[in-house]
Amino acid sequence: MNSKAADRIATGVFVAIAITIVTILAGLFFYIFVNGFKHISLEFLTSPSSNVRAGGGIRDQLFNSFYILFITMLITVPIGIGGGVYMAEYAKPGKVTDLIRTCIEVLSSLPSIVIGMFGLLIFVNTTGWGYTILGGALALTIFNLPTMVRTTEDAIRAVPRDLKEASLALGVTHWHTIKTIILPAAFPSVLTGAILAAGRVFGEAAALLFTAGLSTPRLDYTNWNPFSEQSPLNIFRPAETLAVHIWSVNTQGLIPDVNEVASGSSAVLVLSVLIFNLLARWIGSLIHKRATATK
Amino acid sequence: MLTAIKERTNVELPFQTTSVFQPETILAVKNLEIFYGEKRAVNGISLDIEKNTVTALIGPSGCGKSTFLRSINRMNDLIPGAKAIGEIIYEDLNILSEDINVVALRKEIGMVFQKPNPFPKSIYENITHGLKFAGIKKKSKLDEIVEESLRKAALWDEVKDRLHKSALSLSGGQQQRLCIARTIAMKPTVILLDEPSSALDPISNAKVEDLIVDLKKEYSIIIVTHNMQQASRISDKTAFFLSGDLIEYDSTETIFTNPSVKKTEEYISGRFG
Repeated sequence: MNSKAADRIATGVFVAIAITIVTILAGLFFYIFVNGFKHISLEFLTSPSSNVRAGGGIRDQLFNSFYILFITMLITVPIGIGGGVYMAEYAKPGKVTDLIRTCIEVLSSLPSIVIGMFGLLIFVNTTGWGYTILGGALALTIFNLPTMVRTTEDAIRAVPRDLKEASLALGVTHWHTIKTIILPAAFPSVLTGAILAAGRVFGEAAALLFTAGLSTPRLDYTNWNPFSEQSPLNIFRPAETLAVHIWSVNTQGLIPDVNEVASGSSAVLVLSVLIFNLLARWIGSLIHKRATATK
Repeated sequence: MLTAIKERTNVELPFQTTSVFQPETILAVKNLEIFYGEKRAVNGISLDIEKNTVTALIGPSGCGKSTFLRSINRMNDLIPGAKAIGEIIYEDLNILSEDINVVALRKEIGMVFQKPNPFPKSIYENITHGLKFAGIKKKSKLDEIVEESLRKAALWDEVKDRLHKSALSLSGGQQQRLCIARTIAMKPTVILLDEPSSALDPISNAKVEDLIVDLKKEYSIIIVTHNMQQASRISDKTAFFLSGDLIEYDSTETIFTNPSVKKTEEYISGRFG
Protein backbone atom coordinates (compact mmCIF):
# COMPACT_ATOMS: atom_id res chain seq x y z
CA MET A 1 0.00 0.00 0.00
CA ASN A 2 1.47 3.32 -0.94
CA SER A 3 1.55 6.31 1.36
CA LYS A 4 -1.02 8.22 -0.64
CA ALA A 5 -3.61 5.48 -0.15
CA ALA A 6 -2.73 5.24 3.54
CA ASP A 7 -3.27 8.97 3.83
CA ARG A 8 -6.65 8.72 2.17
CA ILE A 9 -7.72 5.83 4.41
CA ALA A 10 -6.61 7.74 7.52
CA THR A 11 -8.60 10.78 6.45
CA GLY A 12 -11.62 8.56 5.79
CA VAL A 13 -11.37 6.86 9.19
CA PHE A 14 -11.18 10.16 11.08
CA VAL A 15 -14.07 11.66 9.14
CA ALA A 16 -16.10 8.54 9.88
CA ILE A 17 -15.33 8.80 13.59
CA ALA A 18 -16.32 12.46 13.59
CA ILE A 19 -19.58 11.67 11.80
CA THR A 20 -20.34 8.88 14.29
CA ILE A 21 -19.85 11.21 17.24
CA VAL A 22 -22.03 13.93 15.74
CA THR A 23 -24.70 11.39 14.79
CA ILE A 24 -24.87 9.94 18.30
CA LEU A 25 -25.10 13.42 19.81
CA ALA A 26 -27.67 14.65 17.32
CA GLY A 27 -29.72 11.46 17.76
CA LEU A 28 -29.68 11.85 21.51
CA PHE A 29 -30.78 15.48 21.36
CA PHE A 30 -33.45 14.63 18.82
CA TYR A 31 -34.81 11.81 20.96
CA ILE A 32 -34.87 13.86 24.14
CA PHE A 33 -36.44 16.91 22.52
CA VAL A 34 -39.01 15.02 20.44
CA ASN A 35 -40.15 13.10 23.49
CA GLY A 36 -39.86 15.98 25.89
CA PHE A 37 -40.94 19.13 24.11
CA LYS A 38 -44.59 18.21 23.85
CA HIS A 39 -44.76 17.95 27.65
CA ILE A 40 -43.10 21.28 28.30
CA SER A 41 -45.60 24.01 28.95
CA LEU A 42 -45.66 27.08 31.09
CA GLU A 43 -47.81 25.19 33.54
CA PHE A 44 -45.32 22.30 33.68
CA LEU A 45 -42.54 24.74 34.51
CA THR A 46 -44.48 26.77 37.07
CA SER A 47 -46.47 24.24 39.06
CA PRO A 48 -45.20 22.10 41.94
CA SER A 49 -44.74 18.37 41.45
CA SER A 50 -47.47 15.99 42.42
CA ASN A 51 -47.10 12.74 44.33
CA VAL A 52 -50.10 10.75 43.18
CA ARG A 53 -52.18 12.69 40.68
CA ALA A 54 -51.26 13.38 37.08
CA GLY A 55 -50.34 16.86 35.87
CA GLY A 56 -47.59 17.76 38.33
CA GLY A 57 -44.88 20.21 37.29
CA ILE A 58 -41.23 20.71 38.08
CA ARG A 59 -41.13 24.28 39.38
CA ASP A 60 -39.38 23.49 42.66
CA GLN A 61 -36.99 20.94 41.13
CA LEU A 62 -35.89 23.41 38.47
CA PHE A 63 -35.33 26.10 41.06
CA ASN A 64 -33.47 23.65 43.33
CA SER A 65 -31.14 22.62 40.50
CA PHE A 66 -30.13 26.20 39.84
CA TYR A 67 -29.94 27.08 43.51
CA ILE A 68 -27.72 24.09 44.39
CA LEU A 69 -25.60 24.93 41.37
CA PHE A 70 -25.24 28.50 42.61
CA ILE A 71 -24.30 27.49 46.17
CA THR A 72 -21.88 24.82 44.91
CA MET A 73 -20.11 27.22 42.58
CA LEU A 74 -19.98 29.83 45.33
CA ILE A 75 -17.90 27.37 47.37
CA THR A 76 -16.07 25.57 44.55
CA VAL A 77 -14.83 28.47 42.45
CA PRO A 78 -12.90 30.46 45.09
CA ILE A 79 -11.37 27.37 46.74
CA GLY A 80 -10.66 25.74 43.37
CA ILE A 81 -8.97 28.82 41.95
CA GLY A 82 -7.04 29.28 45.19
CA GLY A 83 -5.83 25.68 45.03
CA GLY A 84 -4.91 26.04 41.37
CA VAL A 85 -2.95 29.23 42.06
CA TYR A 86 -1.12 27.47 44.88
CA MET A 87 -0.25 24.45 42.73
CA ALA A 88 0.93 26.55 39.79
CA GLU A 89 2.64 29.47 41.51
CA TYR A 90 3.61 28.61 45.08
CA ALA A 91 4.04 24.85 45.51
CA LYS A 92 7.72 23.90 45.36
CA PRO A 93 8.41 20.80 43.30
CA GLY A 94 8.93 17.86 45.65
CA LYS A 95 7.34 14.93 47.45
CA VAL A 96 4.64 16.96 49.22
CA THR A 97 3.46 18.59 46.00
CA ASP A 98 3.44 15.22 44.23
CA LEU A 99 1.36 13.80 47.08
CA ILE A 100 -1.13 16.68 46.83
CA ARG A 101 -1.40 16.18 43.08
CA THR A 102 -1.98 12.43 43.48
CA CYS A 103 -4.68 13.10 46.08
CA ILE A 104 -6.41 15.54 43.72
CA GLU A 105 -6.35 12.99 40.92
CA VAL A 106 -7.73 10.20 43.09
CA LEU A 107 -10.43 12.52 44.40
CA SER A 108 -11.51 13.42 40.88
CA SER A 109 -11.99 9.77 39.95
CA LEU A 110 -14.07 8.81 43.00
CA PRO A 111 -17.48 7.42 42.01
CA SER A 112 -20.18 9.94 42.82
CA ILE A 113 -22.23 7.41 44.78
CA VAL A 114 -19.26 7.03 47.15
CA ILE A 115 -19.15 10.78 47.59
CA GLY A 116 -22.90 10.64 48.29
CA MET A 117 -22.35 8.06 51.03
CA PHE A 118 -19.51 10.12 52.47
CA GLY A 119 -21.76 13.19 52.37
CA LEU A 120 -24.49 11.29 54.19
CA LEU A 121 -22.04 10.39 56.90
CA ILE A 122 -20.52 13.84 57.33
CA PHE A 123 -22.94 16.51 56.13
CA VAL A 124 -26.17 14.77 57.08
CA ASN A 125 -25.45 12.64 60.17
CA THR A 126 -22.36 14.07 61.86
CA THR A 127 -23.50 17.66 61.50
CA GLY A 128 -27.08 16.75 62.39
CA TRP A 129 -28.43 18.95 59.61
CA GLY A 130 -30.45 16.20 57.93
CA TYR A 131 -30.98 16.47 54.18
CA THR A 132 -30.05 20.01 53.20
CA ILE A 133 -29.11 22.11 50.20
CA LEU A 134 -25.86 23.00 51.95
CA GLY A 135 -25.03 19.33 52.49
CA GLY A 136 -25.71 18.62 48.82
CA ALA A 137 -23.63 21.59 47.74
CA LEU A 138 -20.71 20.52 49.94
CA ALA A 139 -20.84 16.96 48.56
CA LEU A 140 -20.82 18.37 45.04
CA THR A 141 -17.92 20.62 46.00
CA ILE A 142 -15.85 17.57 46.94
CA PHE A 143 -16.85 16.14 43.60
CA ASN A 144 -15.95 19.28 41.62
CA LEU A 145 -13.00 20.72 43.47
CA PRO A 146 -10.35 18.47 41.88
CA THR A 147 -11.48 19.43 38.36
CA MET A 148 -11.50 23.09 39.27
CA VAL A 149 -8.03 22.97 40.84
CA ARG A 150 -6.66 21.03 37.91
CA THR A 151 -8.07 23.30 35.20
CA THR A 152 -6.97 26.44 37.06
CA GLU A 153 -3.46 25.06 37.48
CA ASP A 154 -3.25 24.15 33.79
CA ALA A 155 -4.67 27.52 32.75
CA ILE A 156 -2.11 29.41 34.85
CA ARG A 157 0.76 27.28 33.57
CA ALA A 158 -0.33 28.09 30.02
CA VAL A 159 0.11 31.84 30.61
CA PRO A 160 3.45 32.82 29.03
CA ARG A 161 6.27 33.15 31.56
CA ASP A 162 7.25 36.38 29.81
CA LEU A 163 4.24 38.17 31.20
CA LYS A 164 5.04 37.21 34.77
CA GLU A 165 8.67 38.26 34.37
CA ALA A 166 7.64 41.54 32.76
CA SER A 167 5.43 42.41 35.69
CA LEU A 168 7.97 41.39 38.32
CA ALA A 169 10.66 43.40 36.51
CA LEU A 170 8.52 46.51 37.00
CA GLY A 171 8.79 46.15 40.74
CA VAL A 172 5.39 44.56 41.22
CA THR A 173 4.96 41.84 43.85
CA HIS A 174 4.19 38.22 43.04
CA TRP A 175 0.68 38.37 44.47
CA HIS A 176 -0.23 41.58 42.62
CA THR A 177 1.13 40.02 39.42
CA ILE A 178 -1.06 36.95 39.92
CA LYS A 179 -4.08 39.14 40.59
CA THR A 180 -3.72 41.64 37.77
CA ILE A 181 -1.80 39.78 35.04
CA ILE A 182 -1.81 36.01 35.41
CA LEU A 183 -5.40 35.34 36.48
CA PRO A 184 -6.94 37.69 33.88
CA ALA A 185 -4.83 36.01 31.19
CA ALA A 186 -5.91 32.58 32.42
CA PHE A 187 -9.55 33.63 32.75
CA PRO A 188 -10.99 32.03 29.57
CA SER A 189 -9.61 28.58 30.46
CA VAL A 190 -10.65 28.91 34.09
CA LEU A 191 -14.14 29.80 32.91
CA THR A 192 -14.27 26.70 30.71
CA GLY A 193 -13.30 24.63 33.73
CA ALA A 194 -16.03 26.26 35.81
CA ILE A 195 -18.63 25.62 33.10
CA LEU A 196 -17.63 21.94 32.88
CA ALA A 197 -17.89 21.68 36.65
CA ALA A 198 -21.31 23.35 36.54
CA GLY A 199 -22.52 20.89 33.93
CA ARG A 200 -21.62 18.03 36.21
CA VAL A 201 -23.58 19.62 39.05
CA PHE A 202 -26.70 19.92 36.87
CA GLY A 203 -26.59 16.29 35.88
CA GLU A 204 -25.51 14.78 39.18
CA ALA A 205 -28.05 12.60 40.97
CA ALA A 206 -26.16 9.92 42.89
CA ALA A 207 -24.23 12.32 45.13
CA LEU A 208 -27.40 14.25 45.94
CA LEU A 209 -29.71 11.35 46.78
CA PHE A 210 -28.30 11.02 50.28
CA THR A 211 -27.33 14.61 50.91
CA ALA A 212 -29.97 16.99 49.52
CA GLY A 213 -32.71 14.40 49.70
CA LEU A 214 -35.68 13.33 47.61
CA SER A 215 -38.23 15.83 48.78
CA THR A 216 -38.86 19.54 48.83
CA PRO A 217 -40.93 21.31 51.47
CA ARG A 218 -43.89 23.41 50.33
CA LEU A 219 -42.15 26.54 49.09
CA ASP A 220 -43.48 30.05 49.16
CA TYR A 221 -41.70 32.05 46.48
CA THR A 222 -42.74 35.35 48.00
CA ASN A 223 -40.86 34.54 51.18
CA TRP A 224 -37.33 35.88 50.81
CA ASN A 225 -36.21 35.30 54.37
CA PRO A 226 -33.39 32.74 54.02
CA PHE A 227 -34.00 31.48 57.56
CA SER A 228 -37.64 30.65 57.08
CA GLU A 229 -38.75 27.03 56.53
CA GLN A 230 -40.87 27.88 53.51
CA SER A 231 -38.35 30.14 51.85
CA PRO A 232 -36.78 28.78 48.66
CA LEU A 233 -33.56 30.54 49.68
CA ASN A 234 -33.18 28.55 52.91
CA ILE A 235 -30.03 26.47 52.55
CA PHE A 236 -30.97 24.22 55.46
CA ARG A 237 -33.96 22.64 53.76
CA PRO A 238 -34.12 19.42 51.73
CA ALA A 239 -34.16 19.93 47.99
CA GLU A 240 -34.85 17.51 45.18
CA THR A 241 -33.10 18.58 42.00
CA LEU A 242 -34.27 17.95 38.47
CA ALA A 243 -31.83 15.09 37.88
CA VAL A 244 -32.85 13.44 41.15
CA HIS A 245 -36.50 13.99 40.23
CA ILE A 246 -36.06 12.15 36.94
CA TRP A 247 -34.53 9.25 38.79
CA SER A 248 -37.14 9.18 41.52
CA VAL A 249 -40.27 9.37 39.37
CA ASN A 250 -38.85 6.60 37.23
CA THR A 251 -38.00 4.29 40.12
CA GLN A 252 -40.60 5.02 42.75
CA GLY A 253 -43.12 7.34 41.20
CA LEU A 254 -46.80 6.68 41.87
CA ILE A 255 -48.09 9.25 39.41
CA PRO A 256 -49.79 7.91 36.26
CA ASP A 257 -47.90 10.30 33.94
CA VAL A 258 -44.39 9.12 34.90
CA ASN A 259 -43.19 8.97 31.31
CA GLU A 260 -44.46 12.41 30.44
CA VAL A 261 -42.92 14.01 33.52
CA ALA A 262 -39.60 12.19 33.04
CA SER A 263 -39.32 13.10 29.35
CA GLY A 264 -40.32 16.69 29.96
CA SER A 265 -37.87 17.00 32.82
CA SER A 266 -35.07 15.51 30.72
CA ALA A 267 -35.67 17.99 27.94
CA VAL A 268 -35.74 20.89 30.40
CA LEU A 269 -32.54 19.63 32.03
CA VAL A 270 -30.66 19.38 28.73
CA LEU A 271 -31.99 22.75 27.64
CA SER A 272 -30.95 24.33 30.95
CA VAL A 273 -27.42 23.00 30.60
CA LEU A 274 -27.28 24.32 27.05
CA ILE A 275 -28.58 27.77 27.93
CA PHE A 276 -26.33 27.98 30.96
CA ASN A 277 -23.30 27.07 28.84
CA LEU A 278 -24.00 29.62 26.16
CA LEU A 279 -24.81 32.34 28.65
CA ALA A 280 -21.68 31.70 30.72
CA ARG A 281 -19.50 31.74 27.62
CA TRP A 282 -21.08 34.93 26.32
CA ILE A 283 -20.69 36.77 29.63
CA GLY A 284 -17.17 35.40 29.99
CA SER A 285 -16.11 36.68 26.60
CA LEU A 286 -17.57 40.10 27.41
CA ILE A 287 -15.56 40.26 30.62
CA HIS A 288 -12.43 39.06 28.85
CA LYS A 289 -12.80 41.65 26.10
CA ARG A 290 -13.14 44.42 28.62
CA ALA A 291 -10.09 43.24 30.57
CA THR A 292 -7.85 42.89 27.54
CA ALA A 293 -9.08 45.95 25.66
CA THR A 294 -9.84 43.92 22.52
CA LYS A 295 -12.98 44.76 20.66
CA MET B 1 14.30 56.50 45.97
CA LEU B 2 17.44 55.28 47.62
CA THR B 3 15.67 55.36 50.96
CA ALA B 4 12.91 53.18 49.56
CA ILE B 5 15.29 50.27 49.37
CA LYS B 6 17.14 51.10 52.54
CA GLU B 7 14.13 51.69 54.71
CA ARG B 8 12.93 48.17 54.36
CA THR B 9 16.28 46.52 54.72
CA ASN B 10 18.95 46.44 57.34
CA VAL B 11 21.92 45.75 55.16
CA GLU B 12 25.31 46.62 56.57
CA LEU B 13 27.43 48.78 54.33
CA PRO B 14 30.27 46.65 53.03
CA PHE B 15 33.25 48.43 54.55
CA GLN B 16 35.57 48.53 51.59
CA THR B 17 33.11 50.04 49.11
CA THR B 18 33.63 53.74 49.82
CA SER B 19 37.21 53.71 48.63
CA VAL B 20 36.48 51.65 45.53
CA PHE B 21 33.59 53.84 44.44
CA GLN B 22 34.38 56.29 41.74
CA PRO B 23 32.00 59.17 41.25
CA GLU B 24 30.61 57.90 37.98
CA THR B 25 30.21 54.24 38.92
CA ILE B 26 26.61 53.12 39.28
CA LEU B 27 27.17 49.39 39.78
CA ALA B 28 30.31 47.82 41.17
CA VAL B 29 30.51 44.09 40.57
CA LYS B 30 33.01 42.17 42.68
CA ASN B 31 33.90 38.49 42.43
CA LEU B 32 30.47 37.59 41.18
CA GLU B 33 29.86 33.87 40.79
CA ILE B 34 26.52 32.49 39.64
CA PHE B 35 25.47 28.85 39.91
CA TYR B 36 22.60 26.89 38.45
CA GLY B 37 22.51 24.05 40.93
CA GLU B 38 26.00 22.52 40.75
CA LYS B 39 26.88 24.13 37.44
CA ARG B 40 28.79 27.39 37.54
CA ALA B 41 27.62 29.83 34.85
CA VAL B 42 29.64 32.90 35.84
CA ASN B 43 33.15 32.47 37.30
CA GLY B 44 34.02 35.29 39.62
CA ILE B 45 33.83 38.43 37.50
CA SER B 46 34.56 42.00 38.62
CA LEU B 47 33.74 45.19 36.75
CA ASP B 48 32.42 48.71 37.35
CA ILE B 49 29.44 49.87 35.32
CA GLU B 50 29.54 53.60 34.66
CA LYS B 51 26.69 56.00 35.12
CA ASN B 52 24.90 57.43 32.04
CA THR B 53 26.68 55.19 29.60
CA VAL B 54 25.62 52.30 27.43
CA THR B 55 27.50 49.17 28.41
CA ALA B 56 27.31 46.27 25.96
CA LEU B 57 27.77 42.66 27.04
CA ILE B 58 28.91 40.47 24.15
CA GLY B 59 30.01 36.87 23.77
CA PRO B 60 28.85 33.57 22.27
CA SER B 61 25.66 31.85 23.47
CA GLY B 62 25.97 30.32 26.91
CA CYS B 63 28.87 32.55 27.94
CA GLY B 64 27.03 33.87 31.01
CA LYS B 65 26.26 37.40 29.86
CA SER B 66 22.47 37.08 30.14
CA THR B 67 22.85 35.26 33.46
CA PHE B 68 24.94 38.18 34.71
CA LEU B 69 22.40 40.71 33.41
CA ARG B 70 19.51 38.92 35.10
CA SER B 71 21.36 38.85 38.42
CA ILE B 72 21.46 42.67 38.51
CA ASN B 73 17.72 42.94 39.13
CA ARG B 74 17.50 39.53 40.78
CA MET B 75 15.40 37.96 38.02
CA ASN B 76 17.42 34.80 38.58
CA ASP B 77 15.55 34.40 41.86
CA LEU B 78 12.73 32.94 39.77
CA ILE B 79 14.90 30.06 38.57
CA PRO B 80 14.94 27.21 41.10
CA GLY B 81 18.51 26.37 42.12
CA ALA B 82 20.07 29.60 40.82
CA LYS B 83 22.46 31.17 43.31
CA ALA B 84 24.69 34.24 43.13
CA ILE B 85 27.76 34.72 45.32
CA GLY B 86 29.87 37.88 45.56
CA GLU B 87 28.83 41.51 45.45
CA ILE B 88 27.03 43.89 43.17
CA ILE B 89 27.15 47.25 44.91
CA TYR B 90 24.43 49.71 44.02
CA GLU B 91 24.00 52.90 46.05
CA ASP B 92 26.17 51.40 48.83
CA LEU B 93 24.06 48.28 49.09
CA ASN B 94 24.88 44.76 48.01
CA ILE B 95 22.05 43.86 45.64
CA LEU B 96 22.69 40.15 46.13
CA SER B 97 22.08 40.33 49.88
CA GLU B 98 19.22 38.24 51.26
CA ASP B 99 17.76 41.29 53.02
CA ILE B 100 17.33 43.38 49.90
CA ASN B 101 13.76 44.36 49.12
CA VAL B 102 13.66 42.88 45.64
CA VAL B 103 10.43 44.65 44.70
CA ALA B 104 11.91 48.08 45.50
CA LEU B 105 15.15 47.15 43.74
CA ARG B 106 13.36 46.23 40.50
CA LYS B 107 11.65 49.60 40.48
CA GLU B 108 15.08 51.23 40.25
CA ILE B 109 16.71 48.67 37.99
CA GLY B 110 14.28 48.02 35.17
CA MET B 111 14.49 45.35 32.51
CA VAL B 112 13.42 44.91 28.89
CA PHE B 113 13.33 41.38 27.51
CA GLN B 114 14.35 39.77 24.25
CA LYS B 115 10.84 39.05 23.03
CA PRO B 116 8.42 41.98 23.24
CA ASN B 117 6.10 41.00 26.10
CA PRO B 118 3.35 43.59 26.48
CA PHE B 119 0.53 42.65 28.84
CA PRO B 120 -2.69 41.62 27.06
CA LYS B 121 -4.27 44.90 28.11
CA SER B 122 -4.59 48.36 26.61
CA ILE B 123 -1.53 50.44 25.74
CA TYR B 124 -2.44 52.81 28.56
CA GLU B 125 -2.79 50.02 31.12
CA ASN B 126 0.54 48.53 30.09
CA ILE B 127 2.22 51.66 31.35
CA THR B 128 0.06 52.23 34.41
CA HIS B 129 0.37 48.63 35.66
CA GLY B 130 3.57 49.25 37.62
CA LEU B 131 2.64 52.82 38.53
CA LYS B 132 -0.67 51.85 40.10
CA PHE B 133 1.05 49.22 42.18
CA ALA B 134 3.59 51.84 43.26
CA GLY B 135 0.68 53.86 44.66
CA ILE B 136 0.02 56.43 41.93
CA LYS B 137 -3.75 56.52 41.62
CA LYS B 138 -4.58 60.01 40.42
CA LYS B 139 -5.74 59.96 36.82
CA SER B 140 -4.16 63.29 35.87
CA LYS B 141 -0.80 62.13 37.22
CA LEU B 142 -1.10 58.78 35.40
CA ASP B 143 -2.06 60.51 32.15
CA GLU B 144 0.96 62.74 32.50
CA ILE B 145 3.40 59.88 33.10
CA VAL B 146 1.90 57.81 30.26
CA GLU B 147 2.42 60.64 27.79
CA GLU B 148 5.88 61.45 29.09
CA SER B 149 7.09 57.83 28.94
CA LEU B 150 5.61 57.25 25.48
CA ARG B 151 7.25 60.42 24.22
CA LYS B 152 10.61 59.35 25.64
CA ALA B 153 10.20 55.97 23.95
CA ALA B 154 9.41 57.76 20.65
CA LEU B 155 6.05 56.04 20.47
CA TRP B 156 3.64 58.81 21.44
CA ASP B 157 2.86 60.07 17.95
CA GLU B 158 2.11 56.56 16.72
CA VAL B 159 -0.27 55.57 19.52
CA LYS B 160 -1.72 58.77 21.02
CA ASP B 161 -5.07 58.22 19.26
CA ARG B 162 -5.46 54.64 20.42
CA LEU B 163 -4.16 54.53 23.97
CA HIS B 164 -7.09 52.40 25.06
CA LYS B 165 -6.70 49.81 22.31
CA SER B 166 -5.02 46.49 22.99
CA ALA B 167 -1.22 46.61 23.14
CA LEU B 168 -1.22 43.38 21.13
CA SER B 169 -2.51 45.33 18.11
CA LEU B 170 0.88 47.07 17.83
CA SER B 171 3.68 45.82 15.57
CA GLY B 172 6.62 43.96 17.13
CA GLY B 173 8.83 47.05 17.08
CA GLN B 174 6.13 49.22 18.61
CA GLN B 175 5.50 46.57 21.27
CA GLN B 176 9.17 46.59 22.21
CA ARG B 177 9.20 50.39 22.49
CA LEU B 178 6.07 50.12 24.63
CA CYS B 179 7.96 47.72 26.89
CA ILE B 180 10.77 50.28 27.12
CA ALA B 181 8.19 53.01 27.84
CA ARG B 182 6.62 51.11 30.71
CA THR B 183 10.08 50.52 32.17
CA ILE B 184 10.92 54.24 31.88
CA ALA B 185 7.59 55.11 33.52
CA MET B 186 8.87 53.63 36.78
CA LYS B 187 11.71 56.21 36.71
CA PRO B 188 14.53 53.69 37.12
CA THR B 189 18.20 54.60 37.33
CA VAL B 190 19.47 51.56 35.46
CA ILE B 191 17.81 49.83 32.49
CA LEU B 192 18.82 46.29 31.60
CA LEU B 193 18.19 45.23 28.02
CA ASP B 194 18.38 41.55 27.09
CA GLU B 195 18.86 41.45 23.31
CA PRO B 196 16.02 43.92 22.91
CA SER B 197 16.01 44.08 19.13
CA SER B 198 16.96 40.55 18.13
CA ALA B 199 13.32 39.69 17.38
CA LEU B 200 12.69 42.84 15.34
CA ASP B 201 12.95 43.80 11.69
CA PRO B 202 15.81 46.14 10.63
CA ILE B 203 13.73 49.34 10.66
CA SER B 204 12.28 48.69 14.10
CA ASN B 205 15.76 47.70 15.22
CA ALA B 206 17.15 51.06 14.09
CA LYS B 207 14.40 52.88 15.99
CA VAL B 208 15.13 50.95 19.17
CA GLU B 209 18.85 51.66 18.80
CA ASP B 210 18.26 55.40 18.37
CA LEU B 211 16.09 55.27 21.43
CA ILE B 212 18.76 53.55 23.52
CA VAL B 213 21.36 56.17 22.61
CA ASP B 214 18.84 58.85 23.51
CA LEU B 215 18.03 57.29 26.87
CA LYS B 216 21.58 57.24 28.19
CA LYS B 217 21.33 60.95 29.04
CA GLU B 218 19.03 60.00 31.87
CA TYR B 219 19.69 56.36 32.56
CA SER B 220 22.56 53.92 32.83
CA ILE B 221 22.02 51.19 30.28
CA ILE B 222 23.37 47.66 30.15
CA ILE B 223 22.58 45.75 26.98
CA VAL B 224 23.22 42.14 26.03
CA THR B 225 23.60 41.76 22.29
CA HIS B 226 24.64 39.18 19.73
CA ASN B 227 24.92 41.83 17.08
CA MET B 228 28.48 43.18 16.85
CA GLN B 229 27.44 46.16 14.72
CA GLN B 230 24.85 47.05 17.30
CA ALA B 231 27.38 46.94 20.12
CA SER B 232 29.81 49.13 18.20
CA ARG B 233 27.10 51.57 17.12
CA ILE B 234 25.41 52.28 20.41
CA SER B 235 27.66 51.36 23.34
CA ASP B 236 30.36 53.32 25.12
CA LYS B 237 31.85 50.40 26.98
CA THR B 238 31.94 46.76 25.96
CA ALA B 239 32.49 43.64 28.07
CA PHE B 240 33.42 40.42 26.31
CA PHE B 241 32.36 37.18 28.03
CA LEU B 242 33.52 33.67 27.25
CA SER B 243 32.53 30.47 29.12
CA GLY B 244 31.53 32.38 32.23
CA ASP B 245 34.68 34.51 32.36
CA LEU B 246 34.97 38.22 31.72
CA ILE B 247 37.74 38.23 29.12
CA GLU B 248 38.02 41.92 28.42
CA TYR B 249 36.23 45.09 29.50
CA ASP B 250 37.13 48.42 27.97
CA SER B 251 35.81 51.32 25.94
CA THR B 252 33.93 50.09 22.90
CA GLU B 253 36.37 51.77 20.58
CA THR B 254 39.33 49.94 22.10
CA ILE B 255 37.53 46.59 22.09
CA PHE B 256 36.58 46.89 18.44
CA THR B 257 39.77 48.44 17.06
CA ASN B 258 42.58 47.38 19.35
CA PRO B 259 41.59 44.62 21.80
CA SER B 260 44.33 43.48 24.13
CA VAL B 261 43.23 39.83 24.30
CA LYS B 262 43.52 37.63 21.23
CA LYS B 263 40.22 35.79 21.96
CA THR B 264 38.34 39.10 21.85
CA GLU B 265 39.76 39.94 18.46
CA GLU B 266 38.89 36.48 17.15
CA TYR B 267 35.31 36.73 18.39
CA ILE B 268 34.75 40.22 17.05
CA SER B 269 36.16 39.37 13.65
CA GLY B 270 33.75 36.43 13.54
CA ARG B 271 36.22 33.59 13.76
CA PHE B 272 34.11 31.77 16.38
CA GLY B 273 30.86 32.18 18.22
